[in-house]
Amino acid sequence: MLKDEILLKIEKPARYLGGEVNSVMKEKEKIDIRVAMCFPDVYEIGMSHLGIQILYDMFNRYEDTWCERVYSPWTDLDEIMRREHIPLFALESQDPIREFDFLAITIQYEMCYTNILQILDLSQIPIMACDRTKEDPIVIGGGPCTYNPEPIADFFDLFYIGEGETMYRRLLDLYKAYQASDMTRAQFLHEAGRLPGIYCPQLYETSYKADGTIAAFTPIYDDVPAKIDKEIVTDLDAEAAVYPQAPVVPFIKVTQDRVVLEIMRGCIRGCRFCQAGQLYRPLRERNVDELKEYASAMLKNTGHEEISLSSLSSSDYSKLPELIDYLIEECDRKKINISLPSLRIDAFSLDVMSKVQDVKKSSLTFAPEAGTQRMRDVINKGLTIDDILGGATTAFQGGWNKVKLYFMLGLPTETKEDIEGIAVLSNEIAKAYYETVPKEKRNGKVQIVTSTSFFIPKPFTPFQWAQMNTRDEFLEKAHIVRDAVKSQLNQKSIKYNWHEADVSELEGVFARGDRKLCRVIYGAYKKGCIFDAWSEYFKNDIWLETFAEEGIDPAFYTTRYRSDDEIFPWDFISCGVTKDFLLREWEKANQETVSPNCRMACQGCGAARYGVGVCREPKAGGNLSE
Amino acid sequence: MKVRIKFSKYSSMIFIGHLDMMRYFQKAIRRAELDITYSTGFSPHQIMSFAAPLGVGMYSNGEYMDIGMDSITDAEDIKERLQAQMVEGVDILSVTILPETAGNAMASVAAARYTVRFREGYEPDFELFDHLEEYYRQETLPAVKQTKKNTVEFDLKQAIYELSWDKEKQEIYMLVNASSSGNVKPGFIMEHIYHYLGQEPSEFAFVITREDTYTEDADGNLIPLDQITA
Repeated sequence: MLKDEILLKIEKPARYLGGEVNSVMKEKEKIDIRVAMCFPDVYEIGMSHLGIQILYDMFNRYEDTWCERVYSPWTDLDEIMRREHIPLFALESQDPIREFDFLAITIQYEMCYTNILQILDLSQIPIMACDRTKEDPIVIGGGPCTYNPEPIADFFDLFYIGEGETMYRRLLDLYKAYQASDMTRAQFLHEAGRLPGIYCPQLYETSYKADGTIAAFTPIYDDVPAKIDKEIVTDLDAEAAVYPQAPVVPFIKVTQDRVVLEIMRGCIRGCRFCQAGQLYRPLRERNVDELKEYASAMLKNTGHEEISLSSLSSSDYSKLPELIDYLIEECDRKKINISLPSLRIDAFSLDVMSKVQDVKKSSLTFAPEAGTQRMRDVINKGLTIDDILGGATTAFQGGWNKVKLYFMLGLPTETKEDIEGIAVLSNEIAKAYYETVPKEKRNGKVQIVTSTSFFIPKPFTPFQWAQMNTRDEFLEKAHIVRDAVKSQLNQKSIKYNWHEADVSELEGVFARGDRKLCRVIYGAYKKGCIFDAWSEYFKNDIWLETFAEEGIDPAFYTTRYRSDDEIFPWDFISCGVTKDFLLREWEKANQETVSPNCRMACQGCGAARYGVGVCREPKAGGNLSE
Repeated sequence: MKVRIKFSKYSSMIFIGHLDMMRYFQKAIRRAELDITYSTGFSPHQIMSFAAPLGVGMYSNGEYMDIGMDSITDAEDIKERLQAQMVEGVDILSVTILPETAGNAMASVAAARYTVRFREGYEPDFELFDHLEEYYRQETLPAVKQTKKNTVEFDLKQAIYELSWDKEKQEIYMLVNASSSGNVKPGFIMEHIYHYLGQEPSEFAFVITREDTYTEDADGNLIPLDQITA
């Protein structure tokens, strides 16, 4: 454990103590494999992540394995650890990470890349995978960003592509064989790289064309697959897809300070900007009876006072009314709050929301994402003006008067009319309030908060070919919205917020980046870049300086035009949906044509190859064959 | 019905702050399925109050909190069920079902007893114990307290009800005013002693344990908070 003098000096020492309720302790002597599960951001963020809780639970069910947790030390402790050469340690045993067998890092967003280097550095593990020996832990990455692992490929021994429940046991068994024999680290990595879903970057090489795009990406051995298929849980209710019934309960308040119930994976919607909507296909629901049991068990085992449902679009869960009825009854009895994010606003959800929250205090959330119907057709967001105004009107009648609206700026084919449409739509909603609610019944003004983020094209989406806007274009568009809001009749009821543009630009670079970026990331880290996701620590000037020094133009990754047949750095990964499908969707986007969702009609994306979930349901519009 | 719970705080739990301790107990009470009273409204909260907040880094053998309960089994059952939900670093020491007339925990606090030890490497390198008697025998102990607005001069002697020590064990014991109006922190007293001897203590020098928290009975005697009777 850290010395008292350090713990008394730093902010929130509980971040580093371990010992929380439901944290798992094991006897080291009886363990073959020690896994340090890492979320490379501060404790409060990392502890809120469901994926780690699932894997922590899964690993600790193995008798031969002890999985512990580690997060990024906050900048105050980071400084002390560097000065005093204190090695980074895991929370449960407080033992140094470098003594572990695996360091498993979940990579949820691009802006944590420098924190990965912080973790390796503080752990005193060589930053570059090629410099590690049999004494060092195997550094393995997982999570959504590993669907384009290339910008961080040099730092990882392995990446696990897809859902973690399926392949770890085989990897651990291979590791035990490696430890028990005179196999070299290179031999182990070679063998691991042949397991389904496991990508070992050292086993592949990239050649580039004169223009900097990829000419070829090939394995250097014949027995290593050229294409990595994602791993997927085909039956979420099966024994193998265990769900943690007793997640760790932090002492300090964390971002997600509640029981989280994952009701399904995947999404039927097919919004063309959304990466998660493609990566986790096909939609698979969990059994409602098991969910009820999980909910009760988790509430009992944690003592949390709130429960939240997790999915990409909870309204699409087919047994939602039954589940919610159960939760309302159970939670009312136990004085538990229910939080229901990602619900579509309609009569059903408004009725439910009025039962579980204080209408006067809570706000309605709409994510139209775009201001005009034309633009919403381009992005395949199936929300119409009638849906929005109808939902809002019903809500206003029910007593709500706070509305949050989320939009994106910089979408492909966007025009000035689309941008101004954000202000126009905000105004329409305000107008609906004043028309719906008579003066004497109004609880003050309607409060509309309109927020825009900047669109960043992501791999494995139909917009992976799109040209991203520059920082200046983004800001100009935000100013158009701001001015348009000011010219609306109900401008006093509308508050407009927009995101910073610098960090969006860098995220855009990493999202569609290649291996050449490894040296930029390492370079910027060495100059002090860390916690880039935290605006107070984001140092854009250092990043721009490092790009210049390394001779890399960020615009190559963001604003450049990409032809239909360009080989992308992530093309060697298969996430289930085919590049042909994504290209078809890209063309339809440009023609302003919408695609029906998976339940209406199969679009032949490729995910039907798994033969599970929504792909097996009969379709209203008939089935398209693979 | 009101129940008073006495607990200890040690090991790494000493670094958990007061508000987080409240959250910790709220969750523990839910896990123990105690029939605690909730406030009414959309976000009901548990009826719970702590006697005297303990500073981060301090140990305790005598922390108290009161909870409201809608129904109770018996004190021993509550103690067992709650203890089963504790982590390493907190133990339930006693559970007392309070008489209807009992005042709330925080308002009843009159005094607290502390043991002060020295953190390893921070032992005094001057004669401290040999001067304690002379220090405490003074008629008055003029001290200055920093409040939000200004500085206030007061007599620290009035707030120290007992001061004793064990030179062999390198321990100092004190019983001091802990009431809402006259609370004195043991660290402040140690600093006062150091200053009297012309020394400046390190901020990490003292390891402080609150041994118990006291209230006054009808006759003005100090009794531990869980010893009150109807």
